[in-house]
Parts: sequence; C-alpha cells; structure tokens
Amino acid sequence: MALQESLAWLEAQPFATAVAESGWLFPAIEVVHVVALTLVVGSIAMLDLRLLGVSRKDYGVLELAAQTLPWTWGAFVVALVSGLLMFASAATTYAANVPFRFKLVLIVLAGINMAVFHVTAYRTVHRWNHQLPTPLAARVAGTLSLAFWIGVVFLGRWIGFV
Amino acid sequence: MSIMQRVSDAIAQTDSSLAIASTDWVIPTVQAVHIVAIAIVMSATAMLNLRLAGFIGQESSVRRLANRSLPWLWWTLPVLLATGLVMIVGEPARELTNAYFWSKMAMVLLAVILTLVLQRLLDDCPYREMSPAKRRATRALSLVSLALWLAIIFCGRWIAYS
Repeated sequence: MALQESLAWLEAQPFATAVAESGWLFPAIEVVHVVALTLVVGSIAMLDLRLLGVSRKDYGVLELAAQTLPWTWGAFVVALVSGLLMFASAATTYAANVPFRFKLVLIVLAGINMAVFHVTAYRTVHRWNHQLPTPLAARVAGTLSLAFWIGVVFLGRWIGFV
Repeated sequence: MSIMQRVSDAIAQTDSSLAIASTDWVIPTVQAVHIVAIAIVMSATAMLNLRLAGFIGQESSVRRLANRSLPWLWWTLPVLLATGLVMIVGEPARELTNAYFWSKMAMVLLAVILTLVLQRLLDDCPYREMSPAKRRATRALSLVSLALWLAIIFCGRWIAYS
C-alpha cells in the first residue's frame, strides 16, 4: 500500500532514525511541542472566550485578534514542525494510533470552523467589534473552537497511553 | 530506603492510590486537564512578561494587560495543584522520588513569589511612571519568571523520562 510505503520511507530517513534512537532528542522535541501547544491553545482560548462574550470584554474583538493571532500562528508552526519530527520517528506506529488519527481529524475540524467563521460572521466584525452579546455565529464558532482544541489536547495526551 | 521512597510506598498502599492506578482513564484525563491549565497559565503570563520585558504590544497598557492576565493565573493554579495531586497519589514513586519533580516544585514556588512581587510593583506604581531603576528591576523579574515557566514545563515533561 502506497501510504504504508511512504510512512516506512519517512521512518527510515536519517533525521527520523536520529530522533528514534537518541535518548534525549524525542523528549526535548516533546518539550518544545508542549510549550508551543500551550501557546496555541491558550491564545485561541482567549479569543474564543471573547467571541463568547465571557472575558476581556474591554478589548474589541479586532484589537484582541491582532494581539493574539500572531502568537497563535507562530506557535502553531512550531507545534507542527516539532509534531512532524516526533511523527517521523515512528510514522507507521503513529499512523495506526487511534487517538492520533482522531487528533488530526479534530485539528482539521478546528481549521474548517475557523475558515467558515472568517467568511461569515468575521466579515462584518467592524459592526459588532464592541457589541455584547456577540452575534450567535461568533458564539457558535467560539464554542466549537474551544471544544475542538481541548479535544486536541486530550487526544494528544492519549496517544502515549494506548 | 530514602524517606521519599517510604512516603511514596505508603501513599501507593492507600485506597485512593490503588483506585487511581487501577482505572485506565484517570491519569491521562487528569494529565490532559493539567495541560489545558498550563496552556492558560502560559499564555496569560507569557504575554504579560513579554510586554514588561519590552518585546511586544507597546500600544496596550501594562496595567490593563496585568489586570486581564493575572486573575487567570491565580484561578488556574489551584486546578494545576489539584490535578498534580491526583497524579502524585496515583503514581507516587514516579513523582516523589524524581529530582525533576522537586526542581519543578521549587521553581513553581519561586515563580509564584516573583509574580506576587511583580503584581505588587505594578499595583504600587504604573509602569510608565516608574524610575528607570525600578523599570529595569521589573523587566528583569519578568524575564526570570518567563524563563521559570519554560523550565517548569521542561521539568514537567522530563519527569516521564528519568
């Protein structure tokens, strides 16, 4: 199967075997991954809670988004690269790991939720930037985002327990 | 046998410890909650500390950011302590006989004290009205506390590998 072959190829790459064979490289990359994911999830949660009208109500949505999104994206790239390095070290095993698969599904769902929000409610954000309660569509997007990302953390932790 | 070994043996024989250890989902669930809580603490303190250190967001005031961030830290710390306690009761030897665990605890204590000092400094006098010497002290404190939180995450993850 093409996928299995690609995974086996990835696993055999020198950088992947280096991570797999070193005693400290994997945990070190994992630490970077954890720091990055705390910033991804924390910064997203700040904006989600603002979209729900729960916290940081003295900030306009646009102002808070401008403050948090560079963090979210910067940290996401770090989490992605460190995650890929860990994945490569045992690609065939991770690909068969059920929590890992569901984690990827949730990340994709979180991305879709964000994209939908951007082309719908967020288009008119200048009209409801300071308005409370926030529009229903914004509250729905915020709730889904919180649920997806908390789910990602849970499934991520579960990868190591099955 | 060291004292900590004896203590952890004693904890391991309690009903609560046996109950946690014999239920598959408790430890991963509690760890996931612990990580979500770390995400909140990290995001709140990283933004404040980086703002104080002069790296980001000169446009929004320190006081406003501090008032918005620090309550999240104080409300989340009990969650971290409670989930941490469940992990200790469930796997006492893994934590109590581990040097990284004790380093982490010492750094948590230090980070909390530094944050209280920082909060006091900011309450006493708005950042922009501080004397240059006091500003330098505030800046140094925030850099140290940021480094401490990163080191805390490092030790937290390393507990599993030592």
